[in-house]
Amino acid sequence: MSFTRRDALKTGPAVALGASIPALAQAQAKGEPRRGGTVTVHMQGEQRILNPALRASTGVYVVGGKIMEPLVDLNAKGEPDPVLATSWESSPDGKTITFKLRQGVNWHDGKPFTSADVQFTAMEMWKRHLNYGTALQLYLDGVDTPDAHTAVFRYSRPMPMDLMLRAMSDLGYIAPKHVYEGTNVLENPANTAPIGTGPFKFSKYERGQYVIAVRNENYWRKGFPYLDQIVWRFIPDPAAAVAAIESGQIQISAEGALPLADLDRLKKDPKFEVSSRGNEGNAVMNTIEFNFRRKELADRRVREAIVRALDVEFFCENFLYGFAKPAKGPIPSSSPKFFPKDAPAYPFDKKKAEALLDAAGYKRGADGKRFSIRLVPAPWGEDITLWSTFIQQSLQQVGIGVEIVRYDAAGFLSNVYKDWNFDLATGWHQYRGDPAVSTTVWYRSGSPKGAPWTNQWGWQSDQVDKLIDAAAFETDPAKRRQLYADWVKRVNDEIPLWMAIERLLISVTNKSLQNHHNQPRWISSSWHDLWLSA
Amino acid sequence: MRILSLALRRLAASLPTLFVILAGLFLLLQLAPGDTVDALVAQMGGGDAAMIEELRRHYGLDLPVAVQLGNYLWRLVSLDLGHSAIYGKPVVDVILERLPATLLLMVSALSFAFAAGMALGVIAARRVNKWPDTAISTLGLVFYATPSFWFGLMGIVVFAVRLAWLPPGGFETIGAGYTGVARVLDIARHLLLPTVTLALIFLAIYLRIMRASMLEVLTLDFVRTARAKGLNETAVVVRHVLRNALLPMVTLIGLQAGAMLGGSVVVESVFALPGLGRLAYDSVVQRDLNTLLGIVFVSALLVIVINFVVDLAYARLDPRIGAGH
Repeated sequence: MSFTRRDALKTGPAVALGASIPALAQAQAKGEPRRGGTVTVHMQGEQRILNPALRASTGVYVVGGKIMEPLVDLNAKGEPDPVLATSWESSPDGKTITFKLRQGVNWHDGKPFTSADVQFTAMEMWKRHLNYGTALQLYLDGVDTPDAHTAVFRYSRPMPMDLMLRAMSDLGYIAPKHVYEGTNVLENPANTAPIGTGPFKFSKYERGQYVIAVRNENYWRKGFPYLDQIVWRFIPDPAAAVAAIESGQIQISAEGALPLADLDRLKKDPKFEVSSRGNEGNAVMNTIEFNFRRKELADRRVREAIVRALDVEFFCENFLYGFAKPAKGPIPSSSPKFFPKDAPAYPFDKKKAEALLDAAGYKRGADGKRFSIRLVPAPWGEDITLWSTFIQQSLQQVGIGVEIVRYDAAGFLSNVYKDWNFDLATGWHQYRGDPAVSTTVWYRSGSPKGAPWTNQWGWQSDQVDKLIDAAAFETDPAKRRQLYADWVKRVNDEIPLWMAIERLLISVTNKSLQNHHNQPRWISSSWHDLWLSA
Repeated sequence: MRILSLALRRLAASLPTLFVILAGLFLLLQLAPGDTVDALVAQMGGGDAAMIEELRRHYGLDLPVAVQLGNYLWRLVSLDLGHSAIYGKPVVDVILERLPATLLLMVSALSFAFAAGMALGVIAARRVNKWPDTAISTLGLVFYATPSFWFGLMGIVVFAVRLAWLPPGGFETIGAGYTGVARVLDIARHLLLPTVTLALIFLAIYLRIMRASMLEVLTLDFVRTARAKGLNETAVVVRHVLRNALLPMVTLIGLQAGAMLGGSVVVESVFALPGLGRLAYDSVVQRDLNTLLGIVFVSALLVIVINFVVDLAYARLDPRIGAGH
């Protein structure tokens, strides 16, 4: 048997990891992996496409990531782990990145995987259609293929190597050129019946019911995968999903899609592991987005007052069952490389909040009210509903009236990001390992109207824009880190928006599963080493 | 022949209704904020503005509303329900995939509600004001007053999670590869809880109607005549009372077909069944206009067909209706 990631874990790094992730070391001690069996996975929603080279979304990776593979994934320590690329190198000016590709890999239809596939996918999918990919690869001029196992990415502006590598785990999936070439890539039937190089082969997709993938007997990691079959079942109703996991019909619910009260209950059941371990690559932050077109909210003092009026700690403990903690600005603590240790906190302080509001000139009126605003919460997740009511109650205490206006997903996006029809909005921000991937767009001005999850607040700062641009093209990791530290400091001072709570997605896993959640984006990863104890 | 012309006349009369429903729904949905691309972007977790614009063009959402509606109706004339934005295939295919689960659920729930409601109603009427009547009527009241999702969830907790007798959801065991009789039994096991859940409220209604209708018919002259000519009680009830008391029950089936489609949205969600109800819900949430309109179209046809069948049943039960008087 070849040396695998699992073996690697058993030895040296496992000791180091044991400290931060004790359960992981424990999970390794349960004996020899067993081949065979079916794992059934809960899916809350259904994506329209299963091809992760076209859609960057956890919902796509959970299925497509077992069938297709990226150039680079993350290992147990969160560092780049070679998958379809075996090594990589950047030119000194940062404008050329060369990937050496794995040899002897075949697509599920038997054709060999070559650099032509990488070239086609990068130019036709990542650069043209992939969400976040179009921004990441904006300055990609072309991909050269000097031989079948070398792909050279040419950029017109420097591409930081560490950004590229961190982005590749999510934005670096490769699709087969021979299947897509000459077709409309968005309409290609392979988008819902993907052909990849991964450990599992697509087998069947019944819309609204399930997807099935079966073992790839010719997988390039010899001896893997362990499982015979993975079944993903679509169960949108949370109560029905809880029943399915309790009765053993499904073994994993990974996207934090179950009701918090049920998670708290299942936590005490010895049959399940309820934990956010292995979800470190998927930090979710609860935001407060200010519309600067409201003159009150354009005043920094009012924004600070609002942040200070919220007892986030209390909320996390009592409403989120302790599955969360207060955040310190745009970077979550699960990203130690960029997380600022000395971040200014705005601790809960009602008196200070009142004083700030008074100073800003919004004294309490005869009815005790200073002014009233409209809060538009996003419709995903129970936590947002609780959070928006909590905001309403808390702001009332300092004399700000809050009216909550609810919409469904489409309504929320168009009201907040297209029509700017809100005063406060609250939703999720997902941090994807590097601030450049999907975080800085929330702060960079000049975003066209209608682009969701970008700066649509009407806030503008030349200095912040400059920092963001400089960091995006800085190839020296140390300088890059410093630029982001400066950026964090600036936006934490200005509070153009506030990321108040950070938490990780919570997975419920049946204890019969072994080797699960052993890397930071585990639910999205290939699961080639997942096995089922008898 | 008369039946055929009746069918055609019925269909022709419902066409304008169908048109008004579809056009109205189309315009009503324009009032909802956001479109299918917004829903899509929400689902995939973001994207940049250029890509979003391209998707809008791709789905034809950049055209004026009047043009979109015109295109839709024009396609409908040629019986083309269009293309689903969520599923990326023709709406007809999407609906045909989902129709069996809903039809199966509806037919089994309706039959169960009808049969059990009738039986209980007859018993209650025969023992009126005695303890069986009281017990049955109370039970009916409980069934009627309890929301079906609660029954569904309780059924799951008791029979699926605690006792593990029945599966908590789904249409069949996935990946088990059952065929023939084994598959039928598997599906039946999966449908047992949802059927009972959906049926209970209708059962309560049928029970009340049957009881009242029986009591009324029992007082009529021809029942007295039947008794007077010496028929035993069973023959009186079955041959004379039941047949006449059934008419209002049959009427109700036609009326409730629509309500049942609505009720199946909840039941299909609770039991994770891949049916039309859940498809309709998903289509609204994802602003998949074509699919939603397609479902309304098919549901309307379904209700029309059921009512037509009910009319035929009338004719069997009461020959005076079929004679066209």
